Amino acid sequence: MKEINRGRIMWFMGLLLTLAALFFIVAYPIRSLLAWQSGFLSRGFFILIFCFGVCLLRVIKGPAPVDRAVAMDTLGILIVGFCAVLSIFTGRDWYLDIAIAWALQSFIGALALAKYLEGRGFDE
Amino acid sequence: MSNIQHIAGFVFIILGLGFDVIGCIGLLRFRDTCGRLQATIKCVTFGTCAILIGTFILKGFCSTGMKAILTVVFLLLTSPVSAHALARAVYKPDGKI
Repeated sequence: MKEINRGRIMWFMGLLLTLAALFFIVAYPIRSLLAWQSGFLSRGFFILIFCFGVCLLRVIKGPAPVDRAVAMDTLGILIVGFCAVLSIFTGRDWYLDIAIAWALQSFIGALALAKYLEGRGFDE
Repeated sequence: MSNIQHIAGFVFIILGLGFDVIGCIGLLRFRDTCGRLQATIKCVTFGTCAILIGTFILKGFCSTGMKAILTVVFLLLTSPVSAHALARAVYKPDGKI
């Protein structure tokens, strides 16, 4: 009984925190109407940083090692999108080079980790 | 840059950010490992591809746009492979979860 109550209180607090974070991201005041693109893109940064926090929470909390591998793969794909938004925001094109390299590293890392967790050797 | 190009690019970016948030909430809230894998790989891959297509629409046929299209092709080729390998790693060597 006590466990169920505690779990429900924690769930409700997490829901409130998530809604508050999304509300403050969306309702953040726009400073000037001329710079509406940069205001929108900085909101995109905050949304992606919120997603990074969720993935790191699953890395800390995950009961099985496969959960952590899935969360790290997701984090790698999210960083590619973050580099794309950063490339629009600053107008430089070499952020997409970082995105391509990061996608390659994340793919190879996830594949090697999956082979290891499966219990086989690397050369099968 | 024309106006409709701006609007289409930002609509794609908003769509991608929404799918990213939905996928990450699915990663936090599902109870099973296979459920988490299904929620995240679909939503986050589609969201990131939508962000990159929005970048291509905003920038056009310059070096940034072509790199974005290259990244989309690369992600669509590699993400199902890593998801399949991770889904095979859920099972232990004796066949149990």
